[in-house]
Amino acid sequence: MLTFNTLVGVCFLYVIMLFLVAFVADKRARRSKVRFLSSPMIYTLSLSVFCTAWTFYGAVGYAARSGLEFVTIYLGPTLVMIGWWWFLRKLVRVGRSQRVTSIADLVSSRYGKSNLLGVLVTLIAVIGTTPYIALQLQSVTLSFAVFARDRSAGWVIPDLEQTAIWVAGGLALFTILFGTRNLDVNERHHGVVTAIAVEAVVKLVALMAVGIFVVWGIGGGPQGISAAMEQAIQAAPEGAWSLQGGRWVGLTFLSAAAFLTLPRMFQVLVVENVDERQLATASWAFPLYLFLMSLFVIPIAVVGLAILPKGENPDLFVLTLPLYFEQDGLAMLAFLGGFSSATSMVIVASIALATMVSNHIIMPLWLSTRLGVDASEYRDARQILLSARRLSIVGILALGYFYYRISGGGAALAAIGLISFAGVAQVLPAMAGGLFWRGASRSGAVAGLITGFAIWAYTLFLPSFGEAGVISASVLADGPWGIAALRPQALFGVDGLDPVVHALFWSLILNCSVFVSVSLLSFPSPLERLQAAQFVNVLDQSGPARGRSFNAATSEDLLVMAQEIMGSDQAQAWFQAQAEQQGKQGYLPDTTPDFIGRLERELSGLVGTATAHAMIGQILGGTTVSVDDLLAVADETQQMLEQTSQLEAKQLELTTTARQLSEVNEKLTQLSIQKDAFLSQISHELRTPMTSIRAFSEILRDGGANDPEAAARHASIIHDESVRLTRLLDDLLDLSVLENGQVQLYPRREVMRDVLDRAIAATSSVIDQEKMHIHRNRSDEGGALYTDTDRLAQVFINLISNAAKYCDAKDKRLAIRVRQRGGRLQVDFVDNGSGVPLESQSMIFEKFSRLSDQAAAGGAGLGLAICREIMDKLDGSITYLPGQSGAAFRVTLPIGTQSPFGRRWPSDINHL
Amino acid sequence: MRSPREPLFLARQSYRRRRIEDAARLLPLLGVVLFLLPLMVGGVIGNVRLAYVFSSWFFLILFAMLLARHLGRDAEQQPTGAQSKPEVPTEAPTRTR
Repeated sequence: MLTFNTLVGVCFLYVIMLFLVAFVADKRARRSKVRFLSSPMIYTLSLSVFCTAWTFYGAVGYAARSGLEFVTIYLGPTLVMIGWWWFLRKLVRVGRSQRVTSIADLVSSRYGKSNLLGVLVTLIAVIGTTPYIALQLQSVTLSFAVFARDRSAGWVIPDLEQTAIWVAGGLALFTILFGTRNLDVNERHHGVVTAIAVEAVVKLVALMAVGIFVVWGIGGGPQGISAAMEQAIQAAPEGAWSLQGGRWVGLTFLSAAAFLTLPRMFQVLVVENVDERQLATASWAFPLYLFLMSLFVIPIAVVGLAILPKGENPDLFVLTLPLYFEQDGLAMLAFLGGFSSATSMVIVASIALATMVSNHIIMPLWLSTRLGVDASEYRDARQILLSARRLSIVGILALGYFYYRISGGGAALAAIGLISFAGVAQVLPAMAGGLFWRGASRSGAVAGLITGFAIWAYTLFLPSFGEAGVISASVLADGPWGIAALRPQALFGVDGLDPVVHALFWSLILNCSVFVSVSLLSFPSPLERLQAAQFVNVLDQSGPARGRSFNAATSEDLLVMAQEIMGSDQAQAWFQAQAEQQGKQGYLPDTTPDFIGRLERELSGLVGTATAHAMIGQILGGTTVSVDDLLAVADETQQMLEQTSQLEAKQLELTTTARQLSEVNEKLTQLSIQKDAFLSQISHELRTPMTSIRAFSEILRDGGANDPEAAARHASIIHDESVRLTRLLDDLLDLSVLENGQVQLYPRREVMRDVLDRAIAATSSVIDQEKMHIHRNRSDEGGALYTDTDRLAQVFINLISNAAKYCDAKDKRLAIRVRQRGGRLQVDFVDNGSGVPLESQSMIFEKFSRLSDQAAAGGAGLGLAICREIMDKLDGSITYLPGQSGAAFRVTLPIGTQSPFGRRWPSDINHL
Repeated sequence: MRSPREPLFLARQSYRRRRIEDAARLLPLLGVVLFLLPLMVGGVIGNVRLAYVFSSWFFLILFAMLLARHLGRDAEQQPTGAQSKPEVPTEAPTRTR
């Protein structure tokens, strides 16, 4: 027989087992054997703190009263979990990259590390969670009472309030031992999480065992359950089993919102998360857990309604059904399941709340008493932090206990689950807005939170105390001061809605609208915008963005402070690692913005973002973020774009260089070929006259030409050939003199027309011989020159005779056009021949470049090379003009008196 | 001449992965639709609607499991996140100076 003492004994043993599990897990974690502990399954099971005693016992009661509707409490979280790729992934990533310690920390960090928001969210969480903790105490007490009542003959009736005290005390002890034993960066509690996972298994096994017993043991299988359900529907009051659209949608949404914003859920979902793999597995495994938890709820409810005597509390069917059939073992298991549900919720919730209270309320208060102190004053920070946590845990549990005592543990408490959900859901707009909208501002979040919270309190929380509570019956019925539009449960005349849905609708609608409109109108601070960018773009960033730049700060001060908070060994190791990363020896890294940013994140894992920010700010002085710092936080995309465009520019540059190189190379190759040609050319040019000179002089020597006439002819040939030789050598000499710059120029004033006249006169013999017509517009040629006109005439002579010699048209014509363009004179020589082929255009100004040998008579191919050198010296240029009717050359030279020759004179003389 | 059977687009793996991400985004919408359907029929909840809610719930879990197997595997390989497209910041900090 199950006696009360056995019950207490088993309970005690169970708790000891939990202690052991937590102890071993903590020990393994400290030896860094966290592989098993961070497995996705443990993570998934730890999420089951969502299923409290309210769901373990209450779901059956809920189903007995309103049928299928209980399932909405699980459908919301299911939707959130399977939609992890939308929301949870981002939330968890932000949580990890910002070292977020609680939901208050997340909101405060997002909106410029504002402690006001931290305090607000903490208050909402405490007010929303305290009744919930009271509910857990009530359920444990009630389940004890069930055993006591049923066998009251043999058992001592326990003092219910004393049970509640014992439970609360034991839970406080456990939480303090494992929740605050170590101040871990990141606030991860391996021991607690593992114990929670074990409890999750107990819960599931217990509920499923009862369910299987009910369905196949006493219910007569699925058919029997189906029949029992029909019967329950018949017996139920009108409308209880019909689906109410408003409640169905509203409660699904509410449970989804609460799943994200409940402090305990945030703790296990985000803070205790280690990697994304955990989330991926939990995305289906946790909905499966919920599915299994709710699978047997309806069968238990309908069988309980059918079999148990009328008036039995449906909330306790899970316990009373096995007891009714004298299944003591099963009842024991069910009791442990409910016990587990209650304890795991209380433990995690009190850890989460204690973190929030100590980080956002106690630490800032303590800090504010020490304004402007140096690092050594942080001596007792670690101890104070730990004490603050422990005190907060005790305080929160005490609060829950007193709430339970004051409310009397009646039916009002049972309804508190949904009320509590609706309260914490007020954080959702600020949280979701902060993650997805960069424009969400601190003022908007504060205003939205306050609005939503006030409306929730007015329409749902305060009326929940009943008519004897804060809001009287008359106010409920007629509104304050008789204003019907302000009736708490029919705001603005919207009545006919379920109170919970009504409150949820108005509080969230007004919360969102105030949040959005204030955000749109306000102007955020630089730090806020920096955080906004980091939060919203968290998935695009490979690492955290760069922090702020500080004035001179001694890293020694920082080390002293960090030691007090992180513990000496840990802080020293961390500083050493940082110094090593910077390539330094010792414990003191340079206080680069990067380092400060990392230290702040590290500390915020312990004391919360706002506090860490304030602490470092106190030591470093200026904590404001300048616009320059914001500019430094360039978006990853921006950086990528810049890098890409830089690469493109470099590539373009390289391509240009390569093209230039290949052009130069080609030219060099051609020049080399030309040089060879030059050598053979010059030997040929020299040899031809030499040969005839030699031949004719031999004839003369040998007296071969007795005829004086022939002798005279031979002598004249010899003379002509030597003249040709001399001319060739003259040209070569001329060119080399020009190329070496050792040329003397004699500038003088002359009109272009005269220079051209002289050049044409000098070439008249060739022109006549080739029968070439020259077209000129003499009126254009009046431009005055101040230059070495003899040299210029030489260029013109060369061009004209070239045209005469090389033009291959039948009716040769040469047009000479003179123009003035932008302070320079252009003289174009255009003939009507076939022109110079494209591939040769770049070579014609080189020495000995002759296009063909066909008309080679005369020059040695030095003419154009000399022209170019001359034009160079005259500060002008000569170029080939492609795309004309034939070969076309353009000579460009400066006009006017401001000739550079004047300046060149002295140096040129020196050369000579 | 190029063979017409030559695949035009070779990055099939990343393409498939992006489509799986799309499916993961759409799954909760499917869930919303499935869970809202029972409201379309009025009256008392019978066995049929009970079975419907639980079976659609179960199929959602199955789908989520299939998707999570792909996404979770890749999440480890690409810790920086395999966003299909980088989100264009709606407001660059430099612009609002």
